[in-house]
Amino acid sequence: MALSTDKLGRFNPEKPLENRITDIGPRHFWQTFPEVIQKNYGKWAYHDILEPGVLVHVSETGDKVFTVRCGGMRFMTVQLLREICEIADKHCDGFVRFTTRNNIEFLVTNPEKLGALKQDLWSRKFVSGSYKFPIGGTGAGVTNIVHTQGFIHCHTPATDASSMVKAIMDELFGHFTSMDLPAQVRVSMACCLNMCGAVHCSDIALLGYHRKPPVIDHEVIGKVCELPMAIAACPTAAISPAKTEDGLKTVKIKEERCMFCGNCYTMCPALPLADKEGDGVVVLAGGKLSNRISMPKFSKVVVPFLPNNFPRFPEVVGTVRQIIEAYAADANKYERIGDWAARIGWEKFFEKCNLPFSDHLIDDYRLAYDTWRTSTQFKYTDLAWAVSRAADPGLDD
Amino acid sequence: MAFEPKRPQKKINYEEIRLYSDAELNSTTEEELKNFKIKHDIPMCEDLEKGPWPSFVADAKQGALHRRKLADGRVLIPRDVIEDLLGQLELSFVHGETHWKHGGIVGVFGYGGGVIGRYSDLQEEYPAIAHFHTVRVNQPASKFYDTDFLKGLADLWEYRGSGLLNLHGSTGDLVLLGTITDQLEPLFQEMAHVLDTDLGGSGSNLRTPSCCIGKARCEYACYDTQAMCYEMTMHYQDELHRPAFPYKFKFKFDGCPNGCVASIARSDIAFIGTWRDDIRIDQNAVQGYIAGEYAPNAGAHKGRDWGKFDIQKEVIDLCPTGCMSLEGGKLVIDNANCTRCMHCINTMPRALRPGTDTGISMLFGAKAPILEGAQMSTLVIPFIKAEPPYDNIKEVIEKVFEWWMEEGKNRERLGETVQRVGLPKFLEILEVPAAPQMVKEPRSNPYIFWKEEDVPGGFQRDINEFRKRHKR
Repeated sequence: MALSTDKLGRFNPEKPLENRITDIGPRHFWQTFPEVIQKNYGKWAYHDILEPGVLVHVSETGDKVFTVRCGGMRFMTVQLLREICEIADKHCDGFVRFTTRNNIEFLVTNPEKLGALKQDLWSRKFVSGSYKFPIGGTGAGVTNIVHTQGFIHCHTPATDASSMVKAIMDELFGHFTSMDLPAQVRVSMACCLNMCGAVHCSDIALLGYHRKPPVIDHEVIGKVCELPMAIAACPTAAISPAKTEDGLKTVKIKEERCMFCGNCYTMCPALPLADKEGDGVVVLAGGKLSNRISMPKFSKVVVPFLPNNFPRFPEVVGTVRQIIEAYAADANKYERIGDWAARIGWEKFFEKCNLPFSDHLIDDYRLAYDTWRTSTQFKYTDLAWAVSRAADPGLDD
Repeated sequence: MAFEPKRPQKKINYEEIRLYSDAELNSTTEEELKNFKIKHDIPMCEDLEKGPWPSFVADAKQGALHRRKLADGRVLIPRDVIEDLLGQLELSFVHGETHWKHGGIVGVFGYGGGVIGRYSDLQEEYPAIAHFHTVRVNQPASKFYDTDFLKGLADLWEYRGSGLLNLHGSTGDLVLLGTITDQLEPLFQEMAHVLDTDLGGSGSNLRTPSCCIGKARCEYACYDTQAMCYEMTMHYQDELHRPAFPYKFKFKFDGCPNGCVASIARSDIAFIGTWRDDIRIDQNAVQGYIAGEYAPNAGAHKGRDWGKFDIQKEVIDLCPTGCMSLEGGKLVIDNANCTRCMHCINTMPRALRPGTDTGISMLFGAKAPILEGAQMSTLVIPFIKAEPPYDNIKEVIEKVFEWWMEEGKNRERLGETVQRVGLPKFLEILEVPAAPQMVKEPRSNPYIFWKEEDVPGGFQRDINEFRKRHKR
């Protein structure tokens, strides 16, 4: 059965329910497996990372499968997808896999084919020079950044996603193609705190954020929004009903209560927050979701705001580089960024990463008290002395 | 493992279904691509063509040129759709603000999810992306594909859409980005009839479930994540396509506590593989690691010289429970005190393996920060067997659905509902007793909501009786 070239395909607007197929769900996964995967399903004994981006899995049957992992762009064209298929047809019997972090995996069983596959992948470049299929993203390095749509396709972003990810991965390319860090570093990016990317448990998270309260489109708000829904959407009760001078129903906003979450805009298109100067990037660090050694952790805000400097975000890229380099130099083997920060103390984290600290980084939302230090245990850093000198300008050195 | 689809599967053969000839697919030369300029001036976008990491701009431009070279009638939505998208992206960089309008309700008959309406707010400047709707396609479990399917999809999406897509979206769907309202039904039915596949979830419904690679290529998988993900996706098709929940609801299936699909952080119910017997030890392989014959951590640290592997320092001392020791050269694990964190297994995969009496820990209520702050999922069911047809687990799921559909407020995730009413109430709904495993530590305040039936004599007392004992 061929794909239809008719403008409406198999759809007949006169009889919309005729020949209709629904609720069939996805295809069963078994047919998408190469033979070696079918044969050894549930029988894998161990694996080894042979070199960055190349894994071997060994089965109890003695079978081996070699995986070559390539950095992928989650946003791509069908032309690139066809090239991925061409590679899979040429080397991998027509099978390919994608990882949760938008990497592309090509599987072969023959070690001789492995060399040809790797060579083929490295040889493919876009005309502008960037690699199409860089090999890496395994072990104690930086793997691909999971991200959201940004300006490509979203109506609520406070920054762009694809461009920031490209800029950061260009900078961290050496860590993608090597395994020289104390543990894996998972970088994630979401362009607003709706977080389709759910970046809140990443070693380093980049989050687009607004800093100006919504601007009210008084003329239409009464027509296009359910005002009670918009009012109820505010977590800090900053929005209340109001009337314009002309007597139109609208809302008013207590600006000092706004935490810029954008939930009102999700409910009501007449309350946009986006603003060139207001919007930018929050950097969070120290989260993880694996249960290995320590329990999963949330990422913590370590930089409250960096500007949206399109298209390459030098301030964001620099900050990520700074954190990773400090971590690489100081952390123990197996220690994730959050475990490292917890061991040395967050005051040392800020010192070693050379990041400023400000009141923005002290929680004052719900459950804030849980993060305040109720102990005399602390380490002296310059930031501690700045406090002591402010309290007592006569303090000696 | 047997191949047991819930419905007959179509064999897809690209040569039989294809829309474009080889000549059409290979119509652009490298020289043309080098000299190609799209119709808008996009200096900032073009800056993103530099650098080693794959450039989405370079890719988009090759897609744009390819569409230009297709003959009239060989695409059903504007051929310059990618050019207008890049043009609008450039302008968004200049303005520092997105140019997509808020929302828009479009979809296919009978479904309330799977399609997200999207319109440009500069329709005159960028007419080809005036309508640019998203279609979420339910990915196969763990994202393996055969190229017949992908090539067929590529042709279909080039013909009836922009040719731009995500492999994959954050929830796991294969996301098609950009088509017009009139092509939604035709696209949906072509996918169903020819590509044998269906839409994913969006809106207040069950979102497309996703799983880790599991038994397909991982020795740690404690249950068949793919089989279970597939079964749950098929079993809850109605919940997936027809929004009837207070808000979105996510299932994610992780085969072990390493958590490669982030279920603990991202799903309303996290199904995480675990075991209840002993870690399997191959003492010879332990000696192999100690002797330096095998690279520790499956070779993950090969890029730096960390010195000789030290089992005491790198495994035994890092064990969070201190339940391991070397006795007479043999590795000994006190399994009763093991919390199955995976560190020793990850570090010495040839020597240590999860037990064989395996199942699932069920955790509930993870979500991103909107609105009350981010939540991770909370351990409620320590261990449950996960064997087809998973009736025991479906029973638990349905208790949750039924209660949350009743109790949950509009746009309130399960985790928030549970926080609002308290974990003890949620345990009542699930009909399970409380256990210390559910908390990091017991409460430090004594504000217990005692119920009348808990207290001898009940709450009703006579004030006059009280006053007989205590003068005013």
